[in-house]
Amino acid sequence: MNDIQEPVLICKDLCISYYTRAGEIPAVVDFSLTVKPGETIGIVGESGCGKSTVAMAIMQYMGANGGIKSGSITFKGRDLTTLNENELRSIRGSEISMIYQEPFASLNPSLKISTQLMEVPLAHENISKEEARKRSVQMLTDVKLPDAERVMESYPHQLSGGQQQRAVIAMGLLSKPSLLLLDEPTTALDVTVEAGIVKLIGDISKKFGTSQIYISHNLGLILETCDRVFVMYSGEVVEEGTINSLFHWPKHPYTHGLFSCIPLPTTDKNAAPLKPIRGQLPLPFERPSGCYFGPRCDHFKKGLCNKDHFKMEYVEDGASDHRVRCLRYKDIDHTKGLSDETTRESLEIGKQVLNVDGMKKYYEVKDSSFMAMITGKSARFVKANEELNFTAHESETVAIVGESGCGKSTFAKVLMGLETGTDGEIRHNGKDISGIEVRDRSTKEIRSLQMVFQNPFDTLNPSHTIGGQISRVIRQFGIETDKTKIFNRVMTLLDIVKLPRDFYFRKPRQLSGGQKQRIGIARAFAGNPSIVIADEPVSALDVSVAAAVTELLMDIQRKHKTTLLFISHDLSVVRYLSDRIVVMYLGHILERGTTEEIFAPPYHPYTEALLSAVPIADPEITKRRIVLEGDLPSAMNPPKGCPFCTRCHRRIGDICDNELPKEQLVKDRHVIKCHIPIEELSKIEPVIKMPKAADRIHVKQKNI
Amino acid sequence: MTTESTTEMPSGGYGAAIWRIIKSFGLLRESWVGMTGAFLVLFWVLIAIFAPLIAQFDPNANILPFAKPGTLAPSGHTFWLGTDHMGRDLLSRIVWGARTVLIFAPLATLSAYTVGILMGLLAGYRGGLVDDILSRISDIILSFPVLVLYIIVIATIGASGLNIVIAITFASSPGIMRIVRGLVLDLRNRDYVAAAQTRGESDWRIMLFEILPNARGPLIVDACLRLGYVIITIGVLGFLGLGLPPPDPDWGGMVNETRQMAMVFPYMTLFPCIAISSLILGFNLLADGLREISLRD
Repeated sequence: MNDIQEPVLICKDLCISYYTRAGEIPAVVDFSLTVKPGETIGIVGESGCGKSTVAMAIMQYMGANGGIKSGSITFKGRDLTTLNENELRSIRGSEISMIYQEPFASLNPSLKISTQLMEVPLAHENISKEEARKRSVQMLTDVKLPDAERVMESYPHQLSGGQQQRAVIAMGLLSKPSLLLLDEPTTALDVTVEAGIVKLIGDISKKFGTSQIYISHNLGLILETCDRVFVMYSGEVVEEGTINSLFHWPKHPYTHGLFSCIPLPTTDKNAAPLKPIRGQLPLPFERPSGCYFGPRCDHFKKGLCNKDHFKMEYVEDGASDHRVRCLRYKDIDHTKGLSDETTRESLEIGKQVLNVDGMKKYYEVKDSSFMAMITGKSARFVKANEELNFTAHESETVAIVGESGCGKSTFAKVLMGLETGTDGEIRHNGKDISGIEVRDRSTKEIRSLQMVFQNPFDTLNPSHTIGGQISRVIRQFGIETDKTKIFNRVMTLLDIVKLPRDFYFRKPRQLSGGQKQRIGIARAFAGNPSIVIADEPVSALDVSVAAAVTELLMDIQRKHKTTLLFISHDLSVVRYLSDRIVVMYLGHILERGTTEEIFAPPYHPYTEALLSAVPIADPEITKRRIVLEGDLPSAMNPPKGCPFCTRCHRRIGDICDNELPKEQLVKDRHVIKCHIPIEELSKIEPVIKMPKAADRIHVKQKNI
Repeated sequence: MTTESTTEMPSGGYGAAIWRIIKSFGLLRESWVGMTGAFLVLFWVLIAIFAPLIAQFDPNANILPFAKPGTLAPSGHTFWLGTDHMGRDLLSRIVWGARTVLIFAPLATLSAYTVGILMGLLAGYRGGLVDDILSRISDIILSFPVLVLYIIVIATIGASGLNIVIAITFASSPGIMRIVRGLVLDLRNRDYVAAAQTRGESDWRIMLFEILPNARGPLIVDACLRLGYVIITIGVLGFLGLGLPPPDPDWGGMVNETRQMAMVFPYMTLFPCIAISSLILGFNLLADGLREISLRD
């Protein structure tokens, strides 16, 4: 903004190490960064690349076994590494604040919000309680929390996740810090809530002039919030530049790799398959000589790249502050990769295998209070699923999209037989299974309906070996009974999910998250299922790993002609791999149709908002910004009319509050549940607009 | 990417499993506290095993009453720790008494754990009415003072080694059930349990193979501590005259028989007391060491 001003923070040649029983682990090497007043810096990278370590070092909060080996951190002219504990305390929380990933873990559950907020100015400034209170209320209003007085008197558990994070941000801003560190502040939140927080973060620097360092693994979010971005890999910065130059002309092969791992909401699986980065992040003590990215790089040149470790250099013919750590960036022609893209043929959709017809699932909540006994209303219902209707065919991928609490996992449970449906039918190959618990299903039925679970750290039993767990599935399903044959079958499955065969003897803790998820896929496909439900299978994985796992899942699906029910909240992944989409909200299906139909008008207003909330890592794509007000209503007490009426930006009147809208058929299998007539919805402009292929900047010209 | 099959089928899993457990105890070397505990326990285990070689006298033979430690016996051997009022060699009685304790204490603990684990698994995994009934039963048992429970049980079924085991099982399995139930409530929501359910495994298989192995960490530590308590209990029962029927050597019983002479002949009570406390200390330190290691990784 204004170059005359002195930088807020300068990190120079920073090296940070952790000291463990195994020896010294260099977590961050050769890290330099300058933050100007009012600037927002993004640090992006996969888990284990050292981005959080940098934040902790700036706070000088390294834990007992971490230490800064060399380099300096200068904050407003003072070297933080030389300050003692008392001096640091006066800076932390007052001049530098930090906001963490999980808002519910940052707030003390037994203190009121008011106590926690007022503590900040009271601790750092000499002011009265009334003054502190006044400032806190003002700040809560500034972070767009409606009804600030009520929030002040609430305990954290009385607020929703989004409100909690806003309160935490308010707490961070209360002392008017010069620098705000945000460590993945929206990762634990739903997309529509995330969109609101991101907008707030973007406004902070404008309103308060605060410099920010925004740490994230999501390139799309970085694009929406930051001015400059640092890409980290294995403890060092591999590329830095302004948003504009780095997103348009990424130079480093790793940055490129990251971009091709992210499904954009404009691509699909057949036209442009994802290109995962091969291999894995090296462990800190196993880093190769020369370029750390060398072993995974497609442009690796022996004798040059693996010789000496090299420094960051300025990009020639590039923007003035674009730097890259690559010797060959000038020789690499990234546009070449774009032209000879491999495409896949789309699969032929087979016969119908699943028909969900008016499925309902209510949970009964007993109310044993005295009032309930008098009024006779002793039981209330949580309506987790309400009138679900959709079908799925052979070889088809059907995505079920929705935010947490929309009932998508409940549906999966009923389908798998872990719960029974309250009403309606789920017909699998013509037989209604919604009322049959898993223990009453035949082995054949169980075998043909399997599931891939969300959390890779939870999906495998830590006490048993990989081989033992897959063998058990094969034996349980009665596929083989002979020991040698079972063993051979496990080997084949390990080959299919592209894992080394000696993983048979490993325990889950010796595997990385992506490898565990592959085992989870092998286990689900062990019995040649006809339907596989994947419940957010890649949401906990790093982008490059997630891309590989997504590709694997689709490959196996193609081979086995499996129907894949893909449960997710991430519309870009969904757009990428699914044929049909079902959008759920509060137990209702608000819209369903093919992927193309969902991503183009007419939209349901909720679909529109969801599309707008997806962070897109492409600066040339423009989208209309729709930020939803408020939070998801409780399923115990849903709105009387349309479930979405409390947050809808296209509300047309009382009819929305009082009447449940009917399903409107757009065409064929595309259905929208809304009071607004289809003709009017069709007139809405598309949310996401992308320039024509020929107009795209990085196609037209390689460099500035 | 895949290395073509050189992987061979695993052979006989049990030897390997036992070896792994031994190796994990090898980690104890990193904890001084744990090593001290293990040493004390091992000391008493060896004494119990080699009792016939160490003890010079028949533990129940009345040879020379009120002999001081170091007195020479008529047979030419020495009463290293002296004799009691009935002329029995204290060292021999303590050595043989170690056998009694080290047989009945682990047996009682094991039996209490078997019952407690099964009840805890059922209550935690099944929930609902099963949980209500089992929890209320355990509440009732836990609401009695433990000592009263022992007295009631032993007084009803008589004093013998087996009945000590039954009494201890009865009194301590509800506590174990509580711990197991708590662990199961957490573990049963894991995805791997859901995976087992969706492939149609039976409830018992899920409880014993999917859930129980993952609860083993806290349970092993608790078992070591509880073993110490059980040794105290056996001592207390002996002291109250509810332990092994005389004249068999029993540390608690020895203290009881000699306590009225403790002012004049303190060594008669002192030595069995040292034996009891050193063994308990051993188990407690071992438990601390194990907990320290399990927290570290």
